[in-house]
Amino acid sequence: MGWISPFKLNRLGMLNMNRRNVDYISRYNSRASYPLVDNKLKTKLVVAEYDVPTPKLLQVVRQQHEISGFKAMAEDMERFAMKPAKGSGGKGITVISGREGGQFVKASGAIVPLSFLEIHLSNILAGLYSLAGTPDVAIVEDLVESIPGLAKYSFQGVPDIRIVVFQGYPVMAMLRLATKASDGKANLHQGAIGVGLNIANGRGLNAVQFNRPVSNHPDVGLALENIVIDDWDLMLAMAARCYEATGLGYMGVDLVVDASKGPLLLELNARPGLAIQMANGCGLLPRLQTIESLRRPHFTPDERVKFVKDAFGA
Amino acid sequence: MTSRSRVPFYIAIFLLISAGVSLAVWRHVELGIPWFGGEQQPVWMVEARIDFDGTGSPVLASLNIPDAPPGFRIISEQAASPGYGFSIVEENGNRRAEWSKREVTGPQTLYFKVQVVPNDSALRQAPRRAPRPGPAFWEEPQATAVEEILDQARSRSSTPESLTRELIKLLQPDNRQVQNTTLLVSGANYLNLLTRMLNHTGIPARTAEGLYLEDARRRQDLRPFLQIYDGESWLTFNPRNAEQGLPENVLLWRQAAVSLLDLVGGDDSEVSFSMLRQTIPALQLAQAESGQTGLGFLSLYQLPIEEQGMFRMLLLLPLGALIVAFMRIVIGIRTSGTFMPILIAVAFVQTTLVPGLIAFVSVVSIGLLMRGYLSSLNLLLVSRISALIILVIFITAALSIVGYHMGFNTGMTVTFFPMVIIAWTIERMSILWEEEGGGEVLVQGAGSLFVAICAFLAMSTPVASHLTFNFPELHLVILGVILLMGQYTGYKLSELQRFHPMKVYD
Repeated sequence: MGWISPFKLNRLGMLNMNRRNVDYISRYNSRASYPLVDNKLKTKLVVAEYDVPTPKLLQVVRQQHEISGFKAMAEDMERFAMKPAKGSGGKGITVISGREGGQFVKASGAIVPLSFLEIHLSNILAGLYSLAGTPDVAIVEDLVESIPGLAKYSFQGVPDIRIVVFQGYPVMAMLRLATKASDGKANLHQGAIGVGLNIANGRGLNAVQFNRPVSNHPDVGLALENIVIDDWDLMLAMAARCYEATGLGYMGVDLVVDASKGPLLLELNARPGLAIQMANGCGLLPRLQTIESLRRPHFTPDERVKFVKDAFGA
Repeated sequence: MTSRSRVPFYIAIFLLISAGVSLAVWRHVELGIPWFGGEQQPVWMVEARIDFDGTGSPVLASLNIPDAPPGFRIISEQAASPGYGFSIVEENGNRRAEWSKREVTGPQTLYFKVQVVPNDSALRQAPRRAPRPGPAFWEEPQATAVEEILDQARSRSSTPESLTRELIKLLQPDNRQVQNTTLLVSGANYLNLLTRMLNHTGIPARTAEGLYLEDARRRQDLRPFLQIYDGESWLTFNPRNAEQGLPENVLLWRQAAVSLLDLVGGDDSEVSFSMLRQTIPALQLAQAESGQTGLGFLSLYQLPIEEQGMFRMLLLLPLGALIVAFMRIVIGIRTSGTFMPILIAVAFVQTTLVPGLIAFVSVVSIGLLMRGYLSSLNLLLVSRISALIILVIFITAALSIVGYHMGFNTGMTVTFFPMVIIAWTIERMSILWEEEGGGEVLVQGAGSLFVAICAFLAMSTPVASHLTFNFPELHLVILGVILLMGQYTGYKLSELQRFHPMKVYD
């Protein structure tokens, strides 16, 4: 078990949890905007007005009695993701990647019966995965087909890109790759791999799993160097536009790249984690302070993207 | 968005903490509430005993009792005299205990007990009304003698105090070279003469009677003292050796009153005193007095005992909250449920640690097994939790019964655990197990137990329960510290470990 001195962390500009909560989240995120990001259904609707595409909404289950009708509606759905609208940290998301007879195939390859999905829907509605345990609604979305260039780096799940947006400026980004350990999910604390991305061009910097540097994907074996994200400028612009859509000063924007539809917004997060700093090998604080000390902030998303590419390009 | 200045916040915190501390110190000084539980305070129990023979007629016995004796504080008074009506009356600024009975024959005994504690702050007290010197008339040839002696005393003194001292010396037997003195002093009337002479010079003077307090003495008599008024308060002198000031161990029983005992309807009356030195916990003393002072309303001693017991527990909770806040904000320990550890710690206080730990771990693990079955039933969340609550109650009942039959009373203490909280803990851990695996359950479970044990250790120390209950204002300090922690933006201890791979980039 290793330790690092707090002075060294300070020198690296590492943002820590207490500081993130006090100095950034509670200062820049107004409470009134939280429902917009804590509820994926609302997020979808609000970002659509700002030309930020999201995966196609197939179905919303709001009431317990609607679950019995799920079977009929699920008939023509082949590949979909079932999510709690108010879920956090990827909890309660079930991905169905195909059908086998009357059964469903999970992303992990496990075959589950219809009743499994019905239990899951019931749990979602009861609020098991929602932030405060409040009753929730379940949304069923089109499954994102990741572009092969990225999908090959991920074990089962869809790789997604987390961009931290501060006052509308995309300040740091990373690619998250699912592993066997993370059960096909792209959550770093569950064991997904985080690859830091150069904010200027979307090129991979270095990779970590469980907070430790890795060079190859443990499951698919590919080297994690030299990953390049296509459509990088578009993705930065989408992330920057989410600030106008929600008004949240400090948030995490989760994007995926669909093979046919291009970059899509998966979800927003008002309390983005700190692991992105480990994946990038540098702290967030210097970048956040640069933005905070700007005398003349940029007003359009494109100007802001241009600024960060010049200022924070590695 | 600009950051607001934090200065007002810090000033408010400072005020909060200093208010808590100064209130506590103030109450410690004023009410004598001790900082630690075990402190003992000496208390004198003095008993006056009145003996007389009844003559078959109605009796009224009136005994002078101490009223604000210098150097002492009265904490309780009590009369024991079967068959007598009793009351304490105040007349002309004297407090008197009065016993009455319609028909009394034969020997009678009345008791009056008073508990006093030494108290330096009560040493000098100004009388309510400034006294005037009493009238003094002399007949010749005494008048000339008095003038002569007073002239002598005056010539050797400068203040009322020194005059008094010189006068006492002049009137001592070994000093009576002068015939004048012998003319005046004739044994018994000595003290009376002294006061009259002082009054004659314009110094208000009176006699007082006091008791020498010595442990376990019986049949003691009052000793006479001389008091003069110096314009501010009554000063006490020993009339035999002119020593000024009241000895520490003297309790002035009679000061302003003229008589010690007035008895109507009885013969052969006699008053005697016995005394005993006791020690009682300083806290008990403070509690007994809290009702009498203006500060008493700030304490919880006035509440019924049952409520006091409840508050004793409740007031420990902030301490637990402080520890949870510290563990989560500064150390960074993950717990399952933010304040679940406090409630577990409170239960531990009731059950003691080891039996509580065993009971808690067994209830939660049995509950987790049963929850596994429940989850396969596909129930709605609310009914699943409800079922879990009932199961938890069954488990605790079963553990209690089994424990009892096996001869462990500790099994019964399971009932102190908050059932609903345990049910939720089981539910949350079960979900955690399904989503994150057993490792995370162990980490969070161990974290919760660790914080609970820390909170328990803090809450169960005698000092903690003593301070939180007897100085509730100290919670302002805890509140201030918790608010301060809410502004802590530094690294958590756990983050120093979490971020250690960053070393390579330095």
